[in-house]
Amino acid sequence: MAYQFDFGLVVSGQYGEWIADGLVVTLKISALSIALSLVLGTLVCVMRLSKLKLLEWIAWTYIEFFRNTPLLVQIFFWYFGSFSVLPEAVTNWLNTVDQEFACGVIALTFYTAAFIAEDLRSGIFAIPKTQLEASRACGLSFMQAMGYVILPQAFRIIVPPLISQFLNLIKNSSLVMTIGVAELTYMARQIEAHTFHGLEAFTVTTLIYLAISLVVSFSIQQYNLRVLRTAR
Amino acid sequence: MHWEVVWNNFGYFLWGAFPKGPLGGLAMSILMAMGGIFGAFWLGLLIGVCRLSKRAWLKYPSLVYIEIIRGTPLLMVIFWFYFLAPVLFGRSLPDWQSAIIALIVFTSAYIAEIVRAGVLSLPKGQMEAARGSGLTHAQTMIHIILPQALFNMVPSFVNQFVSLTKDTSLAYIIGVGELTKAATQVNSRTLKAPFEIFLTIAMLYFVVCFVLTELSRRLETKINRYQARGR
Repeated sequence: MAYQFDFGLVVSGQYGEWIADGLVVTLKISALSIALSLVLGTLVCVMRLSKLKLLEWIAWTYIEFFRNTPLLVQIFFWYFGSFSVLPEAVTNWLNTVDQEFACGVIALTFYTAAFIAEDLRSGIFAIPKTQLEASRACGLSFMQAMGYVILPQAFRIIVPPLISQFLNLIKNSSLVMTIGVAELTYMARQIEAHTFHGLEAFTVTTLIYLAISLVVSFSIQQYNLRVLRTAR
Repeated sequence: MHWEVVWNNFGYFLWGAFPKGPLGGLAMSILMAMGGIFGAFWLGLLIGVCRLSKRAWLKYPSLVYIEIIRGTPLLMVIFWFYFLAPVLFGRSLPDWQSAIIALIVFTSAYIAEIVRAGVLSLPKGQMEAARGSGLTHAQTMIHIILPQALFNMVPSFVNQFVSLTKDTSLAYIIGVGELTKAATQVNSRTLKAPFEIFLTIAMLYFVVCFVLTELSRRLETKINRYQARGR
């Protein structure tokens, strides 16, 4: 092997700063998308379970479509394709903010929300049906029963799958480099282009992703051991 | 709306420049997914069985392999093989080859976990009875445990194949001529129908993946019914 490894190059100085900046963008885009996809996913799940056929059908189509198309194509769709059909007010707003970042957040949110909706649905099915019937009989509306009785319990059940969805989202956020969001993978690629020391840059970024995953999956295990055990 | 752009290039989306040029488009995506799942199945089976072994020198390396791959974005794995190949072999591999290797390595870690879950879900008595009748551990695995576990795991394998089909779109980033690449090529050539083009591409992926997802759901109910009857 004629390749000279030089880790000092990528962890210090200018390139070290690039990696740090990339990590900040990755964490920022992930956190924002996690929060939004949780809200959207819950909404879609409630629609999917509602008795109104139209709402149920819309939610079903949404879930199936977004789960069965590649995220990369969705990112391209939002970034290149959506501007010609979105209302003018929305495109005007997108022009005032960081367009790439905004499209990345939209794509990650819509993609992950479809998975969260399905996880939440299985969580709700794990709760005895009598809970909903009893709360409806007490005079709560469907939305009240969902909001106060069913969802709080369902969320507790689905914490582990939810966290692994969030982990997937963090890993998936590497795809937004294709539309030019300067996150971790983008920076690694950039360092490769500048220095030809791509392998070091990829090693460092891989280790960062790995550290995030391991910390999070360790905490899921702890949660499984402590909280779920005692909740039962 | 410029749907004629999609209409004029539909053949290119489906099979690229084939037969006059290289195969591309959806056909290439599906071929890559099939090659990927074939390789990932055997590698994943091997790693999954090693992960279940009691011997530390088999168990821990496979555990580390699974955890590292599952904690890394696929795009990173693709870049790894793309940039590592010239260093390892002294020359660069064709793009599609390094993409398939990356897809195999990535998916095998997930297959290994499926295999492990499948084996662990079998009643313990199966292993004990087989060992008790004088089979070795390896014989028990090959003749008793794996055939049952793999049968139960067929729906999960189909789901993994769906994920892999979606994942082949990432090969576009290192320049493999598959469906997503075809879309970006046509888009930059025509410049007037991005919405129509990317919606069409999404629908093409959707048709393939949705049919397979439905298949896996059907298989799952069938297998569950079959097992319920056995008890």
